[in-house]
Amino acid sequence: MPRQGHRPVAVVSFAQADNVRRELRRNEVETLMPVFAEVFSNIGITKDDVGFICSGSTDYLAGGPFSFVSALDAIGVWPPRTESHVEMDGAWALYEAWVRLQEGDIDAALVYGFGKSSMSDLSKVLALQLDPYVLAPLWPDPVSVAALQARSLLDAGKATERDFAEVAARSRKAALSNPKAQVAYDRNVAELMGEDYVVSPLRTHTLPPITDGAAAIVLAAGDKAFEWAERPAWITGIDHRVETHSLGARDLTASASTTKAAEVAGVNDGTVEVAELHAPFAPQELIVAAALGLGDDVLVNPSGGALAANPIMSAGLIRIGEAASRIMDGSAGRVVAHATSGPALQQNLVAVLEGV
Amino acid sequence: MSERVAVIGAGQTHHKAKRDDVSIAGLVREAALRALEDAGVGWKEIDAVVIGKAPDMFEGVMMPELYLAPALGAVGKPIFRVHTAGSVGGSTALVAAHLVSSGIHQRVLSVAFEKQSDSDAMWALSVPQPFSAPLLAGAGGYFAPHIRAYMRRSGAPRDIGMKVAVKDRLQALKNPYAHLHLPDISLQMVEESIMLWDPLHYLEACPSSDGAAAMVLGSDKAASEAQAATGRRPAWVHGMAMRSEPTMFAGRDQINPQAGRDCAKDVYAQAGVSDPRSEFDCAEVYVPFSWYEPMWLENLGFCAEGDGWKLTEEGATALDGGDIPWNCSGGVLSSNPIGASGMLRFLEVALQVRGEAGEHQVDGARLALGQAYGGGSQFFAMWVLGSERP
Amino acid sequence: MTSGDQRGPSDERGPVTTLATPIRLDYVFSAGIAQSRNLRGLAEGKFVGQRCGVCHKVYVPSRGSCPVDGVATDDVVELANTGTVTTYCVVNVPFAGQSIEIPYICAMVLLDGADISFMGLIQEIPTDEVRMGLRVEAVWVDPEDLGPTMASVKYFRPTGDPDADYETYKDYT
Repeated sequence: MPRQGHRPVAVVSFAQADNVRRELRRNEVETLMPVFAEVFSNIGITKDDVGFICSGSTDYLAGGPFSFVSALDAIGVWPPRTESHVEMDGAWALYEAWVRLQEGDIDAALVYGFGKSSMSDLSKVLALQLDPYVLAPLWPDPVSVAALQARSLLDAGKATERDFAEVAARSRKAALSNPKAQVAYDRNVAELMGEDYVVSPLRTHTLPPITDGAAAIVLAAGDKAFEWAERPAWITGIDHRVETHSLGARDLTASASTTKAAEVAGVNDGTVEVAELHAPFAPQELIVAAALGLGDDVLVNPSGGALAANPIMSAGLIRIGEAASRIMDGSAGRVVAHATSGPALQQNLVAVLEGV
Repeated sequence: MSERVAVIGAGQTHHKAKRDDVSIAGLVREAALRALEDAGVGWKEIDAVVIGKAPDMFEGVMMPELYLAPALGAVGKPIFRVHTAGSVGGSTALVAAHLVSSGIHQRVLSVAFEKQSDSDAMWALSVPQPFSAPLLAGAGGYFAPHIRAYMRRSGAPRDIGMKVAVKDRLQALKNPYAHLHLPDISLQMVEESIMLWDPLHYLEACPSSDGAAAMVLGSDKAASEAQAATGRRPAWVHGMAMRSEPTMFAGRDQINPQAGRDCAKDVYAQAGVSDPRSEFDCAEVYVPFSWYEPMWLENLGFCAEGDGWKLTEEGATALDGGDIPWNCSGGVLSSNPIGASGMLRFLEVALQVRGEAGEHQVDGARLALGQAYGGGSQFFAMWVLGSERP
Repeated sequence: MTSGDQRGPSDERGPVTTLATPIRLDYVFSAGIAQSRNLRGLAEGKFVGQRCGVCHKVYVPSRGSCPVDGVATDDVVELANTGTVTTYCVVNVPFAGQSIEIPYICAMVLLDGADISFMGLIQEIPTDEVRMGLRVEAVWVDPEDLGPTMASVKYFRPTGDPDADYETYKDYT
């Protein structure tokens, strides 16, 4: 199953919090506790059954330093555990855990991502991701950055505004069957095209919702995966790549880092049935799908994707969880998951998951 | 299967209160380029970059690795960002090492930095949060009560911390990269420095530094190629481990945390070490406040519980005449670019077992321990390096 | 700022070394379910602890879960107004946001009935007379100033009772 002599590692359980616009009742610990309870009880294990823990979150979302520290209280890391944290989406925490599981001394890992986007003004917070000398002082907001990318697509003749609306209509319709979706509707493309621009050429329907959320996955290696899951979702390839930061130095209509990661992960070594793509803005789905080389027959974002719910720091991990769920529920045999980070798809992770 | 890993290149910046001669990118490149040169490789030969730092609020840049990717030659490659509080420099090296030991990459560049002067670090550490107790004591005030509890528990005399403060600053005089060079340092000078958080004097606390550290981690093959190209020996990883425990829980031993003891036990077992004091030639241990030397001596099993201060008192941990020198580089008490401080511990032991530590070299060092800790002493990262290929 | 290379500035005015970007971000925090119980207690001038159903330890304040067992601490326990100083330091350093005149005592206080200490201010005693084991009681702000905040506790002061035995608090520093 695995490529390049990698140890077989599979997603065996996935859980996510309700994706909501504003979680005022629970703090982060209280949001995570039921997610951990579910991800363990799904397969009848406890925290004592995992040998490694890795999480993804960011201090700027939480409004204080070391925001990941108290999240550990939701697990109860006693006796002491082998544990690590990335200031990245939980998808990269999963990558670290996958690497750690390769060596054979640990058989299972818990990975999670969490964040409450509602706590502050995302349009200002995300501007701080940009070059601190020449870009951040201008406070470019993420919608405007995405609009630049969308405009490049239109100008290059690679897509139309109608294409954007089709992505949004399909995603929100699919989201109707996702109980965790925050935004779901059945509206036709013409109706969506009638919306006003938020930042031209982006209309409301092309934007992701602002979401508070969290998600967790249990990974297991070898026999342990079969012991815990009827149909483990084996990670047969996974890789991530970054591009240059400067928007002016990149071809914003393509995603070279996604293409490279897809090559290493072996996306096109077999038929892709389902793809869960982390494209917060509708035009970005077109870019990522093209970069992955997905054909028209691939079912893209049956969960509704990040347009249905976009909890920053776990939306990428959720793509892996949703894709794995298609394997675990027996509805697909080979799926692709994608996660992104940074302005205008600067950094991308691609994973291929397969059933037996 | 676990592959062998070695440190094949190491580089650090000069650490200072304010490095306003360079941008953040300039700072990390300074360390990275020195590490690459030491390894005899260029950017092209690097498969992936792992970068670590303490809270982003120290510089006011969210996830700065995105902006730093091109400066670190990472375009088209994987770049990975670690944040595990104060232990992050150590964890970053370990994440990089696992990318090699897992057989995924041949050469990984690990970098850690802090440019505290770009923001107000005291502010960044004490962003007022509602609901929690107002911050009553400042950063050192968190640790000073634990130091008092250690003194009570162990019966250590009050001057032990001052002795560590003097020893580490004397050792820093032999390290050209160290932030603090205090040629006149003496017990009297420490004692006369202002009592910041009684029982802790000003000179018993670490400085605030700008700085960066970098290492190239390589596979067996990369190590022999580097040695052939540069003539310098690799430092081999004999063991590596991380442990975390909750920050606060009923009955938590904050003076001798279980996570530290477990982490040491794990890393010693991997390296086949049963008596750390006699088997290690030296150690670089995260001591941001003087009293953490005796506390960690006990936590890391270099002596029985309650005896740590005796090793300090008898000079066992001094480069000059001690049998188990600690922090020959001057340690965190002499240079503290927070995010990089842990990596500097890991890097300095690489220099020691490679025989590259210059004036602060321990003669014939063959096996050494690097330790970093963070948070309220609840996150630990350690590795054991040796001159022998395991 | 300069680039990372070592060529130095070509401009006779030298490199730009400072660029100020003021950053202001406002956040809305959620106390959460468990913390709210504690805060409501503070608004009534009392300490409310919460017991873990697994290990039976009493936490004050509770963040929402038992950090050892990872379960919600739903069993509410009203705690005494008195406690023991398990350890402390004397703060002599001025820093931003400080509201108390230095020097002052910052102590870890273990409330009677609780299994975890928290940081509090000790007043009404000379700093050099404070000691580990000192018995203290909370002094609250005037009733009309009570609110759902730790600031409702003005400080702790000695009760005058004999010091607690070291064995009773040594595991709670």
